[in-house]
Amino acid sequence: MTPSIPGRSPLHRCPPGPKILALVAAGTALFALPRLDLALAVLGLTGWLYRLAGIPARLVLAQVRPLAWILAVLVLVQLALDGWQAGLLVAARLVALMLLAGLVTLTTRSSDLIEALQRGLAWLRPLGADPAKVGLAIALTLRFIPVLAAITAEVREAQRARGLERSLVALTVPVIVRMLKMSDDVAAAIDARSYDPDRAGD
Amino acid sequence: MSTRDIVFVALFAALTAALGLFPPVTLPVIGVPITAQSMGPMLAGAIAGARRGAAALALFVVLVCAGLPLMAGGRGGLGIVMGPGGGFVLMWPVAAFVIGFLYERGLETLTAWKEALILVLGGVVLTYAVGIPWIAAVARVDLAKAAIGSAWFLPGDAVKVVLVVLVARAVRRAYPTLRPR
Repeated sequence: MTPSIPGRSPLHRCPPGPKILALVAAGTALFALPRLDLALAVLGLTGWLYRLAGIPARLVLAQVRPLAWILAVLVLVQLALDGWQAGLLVAARLVALMLLAGLVTLTTRSSDLIEALQRGLAWLRPLGADPAKVGLAIALTLRFIPVLAAITAEVREAQRARGLERSLVALTVPVIVRMLKMSDDVAAAIDARSYDPDRAGD
Repeated sequence: MSTRDIVFVALFAALTAALGLFPPVTLPVIGVPITAQSMGPMLAGAIAGARRGAAALALFVVLVCAGLPLMAGGRGGLGIVMGPGGGFVLMWPVAAFVIGFLYERGLETLTAWKEALILVLGGVVLTYAVGIPWIAAVARVDLAKAAIGSAWFLPGDAVKVVLVVLVARAVRRAYPTLRPR
């Protein structure tokens, strides 16, 4: 997860709800109307928004880098099948969406994002999902991802010492067992602080 | 849901996201990537059970829709769900539920073969039943082409099913989490 970059630009001050909705709208429009001019316009607009938010170019590149070689494959396939315009469209659309999504995460504190999601999911209440519980689950999920990565790295080192670095089972089983054990500890810790999931919204 | 259930839901949502750290391979023509992430619903169902597994994958899908870059290759946003692979992704919570349900039902009598059958049914058959028509609709190819294109996933799926059977059996022995239904 990319942490947010603090700032005072209009984008930073905009509440997360509208930002997420704008992202959703842009994503929908880009896929519903596969037009090169539209994709390039959104890409240009995104670039301008990054300048407005005062985000350094280095971070802009970091948003797209994980995508680089998928993008290369996609563009090559499109080039071969449908010509350069289709290839350019696919690339522009994907880069624009990635950058826009990245911009939302870069200019929104994750606590604000979680709060907005929690409010946005209030309509799930009749289906038996309590927004407060959903909020807790979201916060835990975002925290667990780096923890999982760290545990995986540790277990990988331990298994390398045993000569088991090539076995996926020898890697996965200890990682999952440790995570399950940790989950029980986390749940006990939450309960010990008198968190009552059935009354959390009160 | 108890606190423990909520933490488990978060854990398996995070696990699915972490599986996305393995780089994906995008299939030409249908434009859907092969990723380790489709093991997420299998592991969640087989280890966390029907309710928690389905909730974990639903949470994951919501986070992806909200634009968090949790899909393989750092992708995210509603574009994923509306893209060619959307049918597969939307079926993940259902797959986790069905797998979890069948695991809990047969918990006392699970053999490796039965487990593999459950995983194929939930993680492959059911998912493809929605995923393939979805590709055909979104990528505007005919159904047969979408089905043939998707056949490229099958070797990967076979490997994933075997891996999940091995992992789920070992985890169940080391740290039992399911209760028979």
